[in-house]
Parts: sequence; C-alpha cells; structure tokens
Amino acid sequence: MATVARTPDSAPTPVAIEDRTSAWPVRAARAVAREIALLLRTPSGRIGLPLILIHVIIATIGPMFAPYPHTEFHLEHRLEGPSADFLLGTDQFGRDLLSRVLSGASSIIAMSVIGSIFGLVIGTSIGIASGYKGGMVDEIVMRIMDAFMSFPALLLALLVATMAREWDFPVLSAQFEEKAFIVLTIAVVFIPRVARVLRSAALQIKELEFVQSARLRGEPGWYIVFREILPNTAPVLGVEASVRLSYAILLAASLGFLGLGVQPPSPDWGRMIGESQQFIVTHPTYALVPAVGIATLVIGINLVADGLREAHELPQETPQ
Amino acid sequence: MAQFFIVRISLILVTLLFVSIVVFAMTEVLSGDAADAILGQGRTEENLQAIREQLGLNRPAHVRYLDWLGGVVRGDLGTSLRDQQSISGLVGSRLANSLVLAGFAFMIGVPAAVAVGIFAAVKQNSFLDRFFSVTSLVAISLPEFVTGIVLIIVFSSWLDLFPSSSLIQPGSSPLEQPDILVLPAATLMGVLFAYIMRMTRANVIEELNTDYVRTATLKGLSYRRVLFRHAVPNAMLPTISVITINIGWMLGGLIIVESVFAYPGLGRLLLTSIQNRDVPLLQALALLLASAYALSNLIADLSYAALNPRVRLT
Repeated sequence: MATVARTPDSAPTPVAIEDRTSAWPVRAARAVAREIALLLRTPSGRIGLPLILIHVIIATIGPMFAPYPHTEFHLEHRLEGPSADFLLGTDQFGRDLLSRVLSGASSIIAMSVIGSIFGLVIGTSIGIASGYKGGMVDEIVMRIMDAFMSFPALLLALLVATMAREWDFPVLSAQFEEKAFIVLTIAVVFIPRVARVLRSAALQIKELEFVQSARLRGEPGWYIVFREILPNTAPVLGVEASVRLSYAILLAASLGFLGLGVQPPSPDWGRMIGESQQFIVTHPTYALVPAVGIATLVIGINLVADGLREAHELPQETPQ
Repeated sequence: MAQFFIVRISLILVTLLFVSIVVFAMTEVLSGDAADAILGQGRTEENLQAIREQLGLNRPAHVRYLDWLGGVVRGDLGTSLRDQQSISGLVGSRLANSLVLAGFAFMIGVPAAVAVGIFAAVKQNSFLDRFFSVTSLVAISLPEFVTGIVLIIVFSSWLDLFPSSSLIQPGSSPLEQPDILVLPAATLMGVLFAYIMRMTRANVIEELNTDYVRTATLKGLSYRRVLFRHAVPNAMLPTISVITINIGWMLGGLIIVESVFAYPGLGRLLLTSIQNRDVPLLQALALLLASAYALSNLIADLSYAALNPRVRLT
C-alpha cells in the first residue's frame, strides 16, 4: 500500500488500515488525504502544493475579478506598462494584461489536466496489461510504443497538432474543437511514455505473492490487472501523473507559442508570449506577465513531483 | 559483441522504417491541401486536378510512399512544393547551422553539468548545493521560449551584450559571428544542464553510500582517488542514458529556440513547412529529426555497452 513508505520526519507513520467496509469514494478520499499529509511533510510539497492551489483558485474564480473583459480594446492605451488603470499593463491592442492572464489560466490548466488524464489512463492500461501478459504480446506492444518514442516529444506534438487541424468534427463547436486538439496531442505524446513506466512497475509487482495467489484462486486477467496490480502502482502512478502534468503544461504552452494552440481572441499564455516577442525590447512586461504564470505553475507541479518522490522514496526520474 | 552490434543496428533500421511510415501517414492527411495551398484563392476543380496530376498526388498512397522511400534511400528527399527547390539542397546549410548550435550547447552544457553535479554531490546540503538544486528546478520548469525571452531581456535589452536575434546572411556560417550563438545556446543548455546535473548529483550520492566506496576509503585511498576512480565512473553509467534522452529533448528545444531567436536552422524550416503546408519538406524534416534521435540513441547504447561489459551479455 501507498502508506507503508517511510516518512522523512520522525513523526509516527500513518498506519494503513484494511478498510473494506466503506464505499470506494470514501476510501479514495482517505487515500488522497493521506497523500496530502505525506506531501506536506516534505519541504518541496509545502511550497509546491500551495503554488498549485493558488493557480487552481485563479483559474476557477480569477476571471470574475478581471477588471476588464479580456477581449476589450483600449486603443489609446496600447503597450503600456503597469499603471493604476491597468495593473499589469496592456498589449498591442490595449487589452488589459491582468484580465487576459486571469482568463487564460483555466484553458491551459484544463487542457493539460484532461490531456494528461487521457494519456495516463490509456498508457497505464496498456502498460500494466502488456507487462502482466508478457511474451509475444508484450514484445509487440512495447516495440510499437518504442517506435512512437523515437520521435522527439515536441516533433510528435507538432505533427499531431498540425494534422488534427485538418480534421473537421461537425459535432464540436470551433472553440471547443481547437482545445480538443491540444488534449488529443498531449494524450498521444504521453501514452507510450506512461505505458513504458507503468509496464516496468507491473513487471515487478506481478512477481509478488498476492498476485500469484490471486492467479491460483483463478481470478480472471482483468481482475488481476485492475484490482491487484493497479492499486499497488499508486506511488509510481502518482509521481508519473505529476511529472506528466508539468510536461503537459510545457507542451500546451509551447504549441501556443508556436501558434498551434488556442486561436485568438481566446487568451492563451503561450501565444501571448509569442505575440509579445516583437515588443520585447520596448515593452518587456508584456512577455513577463504570462511567463511568470507558466513558470510558477510548472515549478509548483515539479515541486509536488519531487515531494511525492521523496515521500515514497522513489528514484529521480529521467525526462522523456 | 558483434552480435550485439548487429541486433542494435537492425533494430534501428526497423525503427526508422516505422518512423517513415508514421511520418508519411500523418502528413498524408495534409497533402490534400498542398494543391489547394499552391493555387490559393483562384482555385477551380479543374486546375486543382491538374496540379494534383502534376505533383503526382492522385496516385494511391502506398505507391507514393514507396516512391518517396526509394528516393530517401538514394539521398533524394524530394522537391519543396513552395519554391520547387530540391529539399536536399535546402536542408544542407540549415542542418549545418542546427548542428553548430546544438553542438555548441552540448559541448559546453554536458561537461559543465557533470562537473557541477559531482561538486553538488560532494558538498551535499551545502549552500551551493541548495543553490544549484533550486536553479535547476527552475530551469526544468521554464519552457525554452520563456528562458530565451528572459535572457533576451537581461542580456540584450538591459546589458546590451548580445544580439536579440540570430539572423545569418545566407551562405555564411554562424561560426563567423559567434556572439549570435551565445543566447540561443545558453537557452538550449538550460534544461539540458539542469537534468544532467540533477541526475549526476543523485547518482554520485548513491555511489558514495555503497559498500565498495566505504571499503576503498577504509583501505586508505585518498578521497580524490575514491571519488574519481571509484564512485564517479560508476555514477556515469545511468547518467549516459539521461544524456541521450536529453538529445531528444534538445531536438524539440531546437525548434523553439530557433523560432525565438530567428535562427536559420532545421527547426525553423520545419515550422515554415508546417505554416506553408509544404508536405514533402515537412516529411523530410520530420524523418531527419527522428533519425537523428534514433542515431543518438544507438550511439548511447553502444557507448553504454563499451563502458559496461555486463550489458553485452544480454
């Protein structure tokens, strides 16, 4: 279980109590609460978690506090520095940067979180099932994953994002569609990388006694994969999820910067930086405002990833 | 050993074949638009058909794939749709520029990262160690375009030390103006440096806590000898794999950095090809970048095997 790991402090370790009576949402909530308690014992977690929390608050209620509509032009106030009227200054159309940053937070966070969830769910299922099954199936599945990993992540993302634009889903509204493309791109890039990490975790767990005994009991394959192996990958999965989320934000921001993200007039942090670049010499605050947003968000997530690693004594991760 | 080489190299060939199929299949979705893009506003159904005929776009996909692959094997990357130039000629100087930039970042970044990593491991929990830990975390968390823009603001706008864009006259080499390389290389180096430094530090600390290091210390070897003859060589093995994974990261970073600094390399050409829907050029560049990555993986595998005899047995 996740809670067996030693905590860095000398405080008593929370004991995992076998709890089979409560409904699963209750157990899940307790597990999350335990993780947060563990995380708050590490210095990285104590800084990272509040940073993320601030961003989530900004993303949810921030737009309500935006002083102006984020698309409103103030043509007589173009490219101004911070002032009493425009707290963080304005862009080339005189739009209020504070309002644009506040309204842009939710889209990048939502796209990254949803894209990561898709990538994690599909990648985890493939990785664990493939590792448990072993043999030829495993070999073929992992070769396919390797082939997708032989693309540098950003190159694959560019190809998928460019390609996705060519498709037309009549069901989706145009604005929703372009966000769905970013989500799709993130998921496609993540699936092979998540699958590889979870497969190696599954390979270790499947040799343990409780899996052997489940097999002897005659449990079906799906039961062993989802009820025996999956819950025991929780620490690995937790770290992987936080690492993925930070890459997802970098990826979404990079696509935005290159002009393949959310299209104007929707505010997008990456695109804002891309557009600000031509004014960088005369007007550096324009670039710095969204840059600080991206930086603090990713630093927060990376700190939480470090904290989780520390709490569960997992090794330093290599970038993929 | 020979068998190991043969297996690795044939695996790379299979991977490259697969990569070429994926690249072709993905860009296939775009190619309908190539005729569209050339004609622009004045297109009619007839001249659309004519252009498709002329570009050979009306043949079945597998025929075009084999045709393309045959050309690539013979070194003919096809013709750019946009300006009808041979892609091999177009790519040549851009490839050289990108290699100079990446090579510059790599040659300085990797040794520096390893050195700082060892230093931080030895002086664990000292002020400098914490300083490097924090800076590397920040470097990892910043996308390249943010690092690049911060560097431009500080070193170009405020201090006026280096130019903010790296435009090069066509036909001249970036090596003639090394000052334009500094900021893009520093940007590219940021993430690379941070990952390798973190990894080296973690590995050296781990090795320093092993029994054989304790034995070496107890039998009276000097600390310097214990560190550089025992701990560091062993710590370098996992670091090598991190360095290769970073090459893939760097190839992606190259696309961004070249775009930030208007540096005329492969990455910028790739972005232009995407904007122009120049499918043959996009195919060639994607294949080139993926092959570069696959080759760097091969080199890493081989050097890993050369350093670690145990790998060769499997």
